[in-house]
Amino acid sequence: MNFLSLFVAIPLLMMLGLFIARNMTQIRTVMATGSALLLILASVLTCIYLSERSAGNTAEMLFMADTLWYAPLNIHYAVGVDGISVAMLLLSAIIVFTGTFASWRMAVLPKEYFMWFCLLSLGVFGFFISIDLFTMFMFYEIALIPMYLLIGVWGSGRKEYAAMKLTLMLMGGSALLLIGILGIYFNSDAQGGPLTMNLLQIAQVNIPIEAQRIFFPLTFLGFGVLGALFPFHTWSPDGHASAPTAVSMLHAGVLMKLGGYGCFRVAIYLMPEAAHELSWIFIILTSISVVYGAFSAIVQKDLKYINAYSSVSHCGLVLFAILMLNQTAMTGAVLQMLSHGLMTALFFALIGMIYGRTHTRNIDEMGGLMKIMPFLSVCYIIAGLANLGLPGLSGFVAEMTIFVGSFQNTDLFHRVVTILACTSIVITAVYILRVVGKLLYGKVVNEHHRKLTDATWDERFAVICLIFAIAGLGLAPLWMSDMISGSVLPVISQLMN
Amino acid sequence: MEYTIFIILLPLFMFLFLGLAGNKMKPVSAGILGTASLATSALLSYSTAWQYFTTPRIEGVFPAVTPINIEWLRFTEHLHIDLGILLDPISVMMLVVITTVSLMVHIYSFGYMHGEKGFQRYYAFLSLFTFSMLGLVVATNIFQMYIFWELVGVSSYLLIGFYYTKPAAIAASKKAFIVTRFADLGFLIGILVLSFYSKTFNFEALCSGDLPTLSAAAGQTFMGCSVLAWGLGLCFVGGAGKSAMFPLHIWLPDAMEGPTPVSALIHAATMVVAGVYLVARMFPLYIDYAPNVLVWIGYIGAFTSLYAAIVACVQTDIKRVLAFSTISQIGFMFVGLGVSGMGGHHGLGYMAAMFHLFTHAMFKALLFLGAGAIIHAVHSNEMKDMGQLRRQLPITHITFLIACLAISGIPPFSGFFSKDEILAAAFQFSPVMGWFMSFVAALTAFYMFRLYYNIFWGKASKHEHTPHEAPASMTTPLIILAAITCVAGFIPFGEFVSSNGQPYIIHIDSTVAITSVVIALISISIATIFYRKTSVIPERLARTFHGLYTAASHRFYIDEVYLFITKNIIFKHISAPIAWFDRHIIDGAMNLLATGTQKTAYAIRGFQSGQIQQYAWVFLVGTLLIISLLLFI
Repeated sequence: MNFLSLFVAIPLLMMLGLFIARNMTQIRTVMATGSALLLILASVLTCIYLSERSAGNTAEMLFMADTLWYAPLNIHYAVGVDGISVAMLLLSAIIVFTGTFASWRMAVLPKEYFMWFCLLSLGVFGFFISIDLFTMFMFYEIALIPMYLLIGVWGSGRKEYAAMKLTLMLMGGSALLLIGILGIYFNSDAQGGPLTMNLLQIAQVNIPIEAQRIFFPLTFLGFGVLGALFPFHTWSPDGHASAPTAVSMLHAGVLMKLGGYGCFRVAIYLMPEAAHELSWIFIILTSISVVYGAFSAIVQKDLKYINAYSSVSHCGLVLFAILMLNQTAMTGAVLQMLSHGLMTALFFALIGMIYGRTHTRNIDEMGGLMKIMPFLSVCYIIAGLANLGLPGLSGFVAEMTIFVGSFQNTDLFHRVVTILACTSIVITAVYILRVVGKLLYGKVVNEHHRKLTDATWDERFAVICLIFAIAGLGLAPLWMSDMISGSVLPVISQLMN
Repeated sequence: MEYTIFIILLPLFMFLFLGLAGNKMKPVSAGILGTASLATSALLSYSTAWQYFTTPRIEGVFPAVTPINIEWLRFTEHLHIDLGILLDPISVMMLVVITTVSLMVHIYSFGYMHGEKGFQRYYAFLSLFTFSMLGLVVATNIFQMYIFWELVGVSSYLLIGFYYTKPAAIAASKKAFIVTRFADLGFLIGILVLSFYSKTFNFEALCSGDLPTLSAAAGQTFMGCSVLAWGLGLCFVGGAGKSAMFPLHIWLPDAMEGPTPVSALIHAATMVVAGVYLVARMFPLYIDYAPNVLVWIGYIGAFTSLYAAIVACVQTDIKRVLAFSTISQIGFMFVGLGVSGMGGHHGLGYMAAMFHLFTHAMFKALLFLGAGAIIHAVHSNEMKDMGQLRRQLPITHITFLIACLAISGIPPFSGFFSKDEILAAAFQFSPVMGWFMSFVAALTAFYMFRLYYNIFWGKASKHEHTPHEAPASMTTPLIILAAITCVAGFIPFGEFVSSNGQPYIIHIDSTVAITSVVIALISISIATIFYRKTSVIPERLARTFHGLYTAASHRFYIDEVYLFITKNIIFKHISAPIAWFDRHIIDGAMNLLATGTQKTAYAIRGFQSGQIQQYAWVFLVGTLLIISLLLFI
């Protein structure tokens, strides 16, 4: 068995372990060990990947494995990674690891909660290692379904509504996606050979342009729904607001990245001609996302809504950068996925911790938290600064790569939308500083809050891990950026032909 | 000169150390550590300056040195952000200025911030700021400058909001950050434009004068202007934001909510001149590719200096007077750059602007620190709570007077020399500009002495405690800065810094010098008549020019305009409607789809009732319908 399959096997084993676990201590042991193993695995994979590359291995995908699964449709369980998937796997592992600690004190049905949590991460990991469209789609669905239960059962507020809405909208997206994938599949035999679902093989054939024109928008939209593409983003505010802490983290941190990754890996990689032709439509939509999300965030009162809209804006930037169709911007897109994943996970973790204490997320009902919970407040400010793109933290690296990259397109249309996207750095500053000013500074608004305590050790641990990752990426971005940009090249060469 | 890296890294380490471990330390030891590390940085930069300016010139120019340059992030083949150190005359000068003022502020803060909560945090932030500012001035490329540009912005935000429970401080810090961020957007786009055409971020390559990509781009135009002029103009927008040029100045007066030593360091001596430094850094580019932009920079500087000087004449908060005075003086520096040409006598303005930057940093820091000592004594920022303080605060009084004389342009204090050069350059550019700036200089002398007399002379006011002189930790920096102010004018500045690097002998143009001194003396005399003893003239004047007076004391309503734009336009008419639209139209459409599906389902579920009679009835009707259709069509 290929060692990449461990990414799927470990969550499975964790579920098994949870199944037989008898008390909270055992559940915690299983979760902590499992997620730590995943994190170690992802780090080791990164190291091996980098050393393979520096040793001169120029294959597009490394560590490939291929098992025939269902012969009549030529479906394979095919795995392999390039720099982008490695980066995404690392991100997912970090978030699963910290998410475990963020839900350390889960009181309601912990066993079931963690089992669904593991299933969700299984889907995510599986998606990132797949290079077969069918397995990819399957893991995608596996990642979506647990969301419904996690929000519906363990959520807060209008949880049934939010769970239903999120699941239905994302399912709508995957319906489009399924058509797109089938369309690709049935056009994968240009030379009369057998039909295939393998990404690398499909990339070798030219899908007829007429088919591309139909299936590119479908695939892009299908993945785009998950990437919070305007106007299909409204599941995000409600869904995040109702989801429990770790689920918000995993969802905004990793699941939304599935959208961006899919758009990149499937839509653009396999259908480059249509991408060239039709990118302008989606560029308009994504630039709306970027600015619109930021402006919406300014007037929100609920902490999670602010963050959800901020995610719309930042994920919009991911899709925006992918559509710029050049190496720098696409590298920036992946960096932005990483950076946004870490940042929002940190944000949602902190919001969950604050909510767990104050039992409100309305910023008008809180104030002066800096005096009461200095640790959480300082971390909140760091998260905020990362979000508004402070150099030295991850947001800056990603955004600047995107802006410089998109500015390399010389026509006026691209220039105008780039400048429009740049304005988001100002609007982001407005809503971040507004929240920081209201929530953390000033006088204590609610006297009951004075009795609240600062973070516990598990919360501190989760938060510090995330901050380390954010600062690490922000301070030394070159290795990550090189790893990604090398792997963007095949897509670029597809686009050039 | 590899050791220069430590000038920058020491404050960074100190920030990390105090930021992480500060709470576990005694306040005093945190302060001592911070000050000691900064003193080391200062010594290292003096040694750098000594070493740099004693190395022999090459073809009459001090060669630029890049002791370190590391690739940090790669965008494209040509475009990569490096982090490094570029030593050339202006960056070495800035190293000296920043570390000196910062060291003074560190020492001074021992007394001023004594007993404040968050003393360790304060020193951590000071270190962060110093690190960022040093990184900014030694930047080898424009993107490194942008990185540190953002970092100084954030340190300024943190320090303005140091008293984070005070609503005014929170609002001021937010305003400062957002206004400068808005300007930074211009800077960023400027960088994008400039780097796209020049294919490099590197300052040395950009300013070398023979970059083929630049000459190729010079012909391209966009909307009637050359693309390079656009890029350079947009970069200047960023500089105008940090350097508080009209109409982006509104954050600076509010920034006075921060602790006074911070105002001295960030909002008087160092960060606010970053814009001037930016233009100076890319000066050859402006000269070669955007001379018209440069002239506009001069005009904006001139207008701002007049505007701020007028406003300064009527402010009653002493820190606000100094803030507007800073804006006005930075206007002078931009005039210097704007009227300057390249090389020799034409380059007088450039040299004068840099010289003024240097002297201004010293005497304005002195003024702010003096103001801090006064506030420390009377516990108020308002002039009406002061008066007759000269006996109680003798050291502060003398040093403050020296600074006032310096900024008014009275020889032999340093301000005279630098300002005189700027005026000479302005006269050289055009007589109108010259007389305009002389008028502003007259206003400067007037409002500074209005301030001086109101604090140290005028009518004494009652205090709960008798005001007393500040402790030695605060007076020592005052004395040192005053000493520098007395002698700095005699530094042969043109030897070290000039537009093209060739040594330039400053000679005082006697007509300009005499005119400006006479004007300053007249202004000071007027201020003496008005404010030395209680006098009715100012009040009568205020009544006569009622409209102008009110407008000026409201800073010509620029803040109100901004408030209108942010509150009414952005919040009420953009953000709120967008949020509403999102919840009701976009999300409404999704909900409509869902409820539509649900309603339809309810409507048609009657068909699946399970009743045999109904099914039979429908079956019969259906069959009949089909048969009739087949029969009659």
